[in-house]
Amino acid sequence: MDMNAYLSMFIDESNDHLQSLNENLLQLEGSPEDISIVQVIFRSAHTLKGMSATMGFEDLASLTHEMENVLDLVRNSKLKMDSFIFDTLFKSLDALEMMVQDIVNGGTGKADVSAIVSSLQSIVKGDYAAPAAAAASTPGQAGAVEGAAAAQLDEFQASVLKQSMETGHQVYHIQVSIEENCILKAARAYMVFDLLERNGEIVQSVPSVQDIEQDKFDRSFTIFYISQLQGEELQQQIANVSEVESAEVTALDEESLGLLSQPQVAEIAAASAAPAAAQAKQEAAPQAKRGGGAAQTSGGAVNRTIRVDIERLDTLMNLFSELLIDRVRLEQLASEIKRTELTETVEHMTRVSSDLQNIVLKLRMVPVDSVFNRFPRMVRDVAKSLDKKVDLVITGAETELDRTVIDEIGDPLVHLLRNSIDHGVESIENRIASGKPETGTVHLRAYHSGNHVFIEIEDDGKGIDREKVLGIAIKNGVIPPEKASSMSDEEVFMLLFAPGFSTADKISDLSGRGVGLDVVMTKITSLGGNVSVSSTFGKGTKFSIQLPLTLSIIWAMLVQLGSEKYAIPLSSIVETAVIKREQIRKIHGNRMIEFRGAIIPVLSLSRILDSPDFDEDEEEESEIVVIRKGEKWGAVVVDEFIGQSEIVLKSLGSYLTNTGPISGATILGDGQVALIIDPNALIK
Amino acid sequence: MGEDLKVIVFALGNEEYGIEVDKVRTIERMLPITRVPKTPAFIKGVINLRGVVVPVIDLRGRFGLPETEPTENSRIIIVAVNELEVGFIVDAANDVIDMNTDAIDSPPEVVGGIKAKYLRGVAKMGDDRLLIMLNLAEVLNRSEIIQIEGLED
Repeated sequence: MDMNAYLSMFIDESNDHLQSLNENLLQLEGSPEDISIVQVIFRSAHTLKGMSATMGFEDLASLTHEMENVLDLVRNSKLKMDSFIFDTLFKSLDALEMMVQDIVNGGTGKADVSAIVSSLQSIVKGDYAAPAAAAASTPGQAGAVEGAAAAQLDEFQASVLKQSMETGHQVYHIQVSIEENCILKAARAYMVFDLLERNGEIVQSVPSVQDIEQDKFDRSFTIFYISQLQGEELQQQIANVSEVESAEVTALDEESLGLLSQPQVAEIAAASAAPAAAQAKQEAAPQAKRGGGAAQTSGGAVNRTIRVDIERLDTLMNLFSELLIDRVRLEQLASEIKRTELTETVEHMTRVSSDLQNIVLKLRMVPVDSVFNRFPRMVRDVAKSLDKKVDLVITGAETELDRTVIDEIGDPLVHLLRNSIDHGVESIENRIASGKPETGTVHLRAYHSGNHVFIEIEDDGKGIDREKVLGIAIKNGVIPPEKASSMSDEEVFMLLFAPGFSTADKISDLSGRGVGLDVVMTKITSLGGNVSVSSTFGKGTKFSIQLPLTLSIIWAMLVQLGSEKYAIPLSSIVETAVIKREQIRKIHGNRMIEFRGAIIPVLSLSRILDSPDFDEDEEEESEIVVIRKGEKWGAVVVDEFIGQSEIVLKSLGSYLTNTGPISGATILGDGQVALIIDPNALIK
Repeated sequence: MGEDLKVIVFALGNEEYGIEVDKVRTIERMLPITRVPKTPAFIKGVINLRGVVVPVIDLRGRFGLPETEPTENSRIIIVAVNELEVGFIVDAANDVIDMNTDAIDSPPEVVGGIKAKYLRGVAKMGDDRLLIMLNLAEVLNRSEIIQIEGLED
């Protein structure tokens, strides 16, 4: 079998399972008594082990195997979770992640995990472990068992069968004999296999499938089979295959399975240990069933999705934008030609294409959970390394964002979270001294609002010290000293994002090197977003990130400037208005107007863009577009408004960089290119 | 023995120039060009090339030759070098010829007013026909644009 075809699937699924292991372990750390979580963890580890073994990644398989042994004891209530076990399991997960990463990078997934394996084994061998269970689960012992009896199961298969029983499937031992004078034994056997595979899963066959296919068997073969069908029905069906002499179908239960899989261990182990183990398993079974049911329903939902290469989605998006341009063109033509049939058809097409657009855009939407899900673990580790206690409360993880945005926000969020834990949340003594609970809380929230998604990181720590920030800003020459007193709190907090700024007294391992927050700001702005800070000294700090829903199609206001057309993103437009010449006043040589009770600067687009054929000075009345950048407003003077339109963002290509106020281009309905103005570059 | 080349021949003023055919995407008639503010004068703007926005350079301007109004024969040659896709406005483009790299001589200091560093060499075609081969990587050198921008500021 060519494994390469399955490799990407293996990698995707391994990552999913590792993520779920991580999440559930964290959850378990919160409530160590909850056996149902252990069941879920066990299943993930188990699947991972199976997949790795199938793909031939032995080290992965053996490490997960050891983890499984520990988890097995836990779920059978033979072992209580403690912090040593948690740490070892987390370490194992890290090792597994490294191995999978190695495989992703084309490696063999090999790693030296003997230290972790031995600590896992020591947990298993610890005082609480029953000797029988320990003996049964060491690989050496299992190896000795192999090949002893004819119809034997290896440990892995046995556990598959055991699990199937726990999730309510029937497990059968089927012995099929084929008539003596049959010529094509292999073909008949194949028919039996085919029949069985339609209704269930063949776990093991003796002789092996390959041998049977090559006719290397006598007249009979044995199969371990999982199915929902009743025993008699199965027997009937198999007997109906021609030239089958007999079919013996025996339903297996836990005990008989135990005997088949580990007869020697049963003999070696003390007679009293075996029933005890069986009993424990049976006690665990009802719980497993409940957990299994839940897993199956969620499993059903998972199966209804497919993985698609992101490049294909991009291609789809590009094709769709072409269509959008043609649609606008058609609409224009229809309005010129004025034929009812044409107009109706175009209107219908418009409706269909806007539905299509919604779907195409939704395809690219991913829940922020795919970024958030790695944070609980990160917060745990960061807090532990700083000797702080921090609870991370995540809300709105289901909020969706465009894939391109999702790919970019991970690092800025990591920075902000680390910043909150490192600088925001106080040490345990300080928290107690200021009358706060010793565990700090960091809220990570995501929510939709209009055409934006907001992500907030709020801690209940010490807040931002205005005077300290100002002191450092003045010392580092970020602002002149005389400016300090006139700055609002908000403006002072924004100094945190200035390059080379750090408020930490000592440089810690995590943050405080003065790189970070300005990088966060740059990244978010490059995504068309915005960061703001609010803080109450002594109570806590909130960082709020505003992000656009999508980066590929936006609403924009099209404006005329002489013979040229430009697009201004609607997201930064406050409103449009018409002003008279005499309303423009000169203050310190700067042209300003009074607008809604505030004095805002007048920005001449024709001068900024060196317009060849428009000058607003010749006009008595001017159209203005009021734009904003954060709290600052500006009135952009244009020639004429054309109207609002949905536009597809296109890059100017890599040859043109440093285009100043131009952030990109779009193609209009008439096929002409219109440039998109970056309002952030207009307001200084 | 040098390699055999296929070369697109285009005209700029009275001279004939050549670009290897594998660097050329397409040759277009003149298209409406949207001016991009705050760029050097030889960058004429951007065009819509079947849904892709492509910047266009006036090669005359790039080489410091006097610019002329486009005519019926003017063409935009779309070239792709090092992931850059750029259009060149030329006076005419109407020939594809086969030649051998052996026929290319290293260029004299200045040919038709163009600095040698933009040139790969000069190829002699037949009796009295000279073909100037362009060094595209140098013509599209971005660091030089940045210098020019610096001067204009």
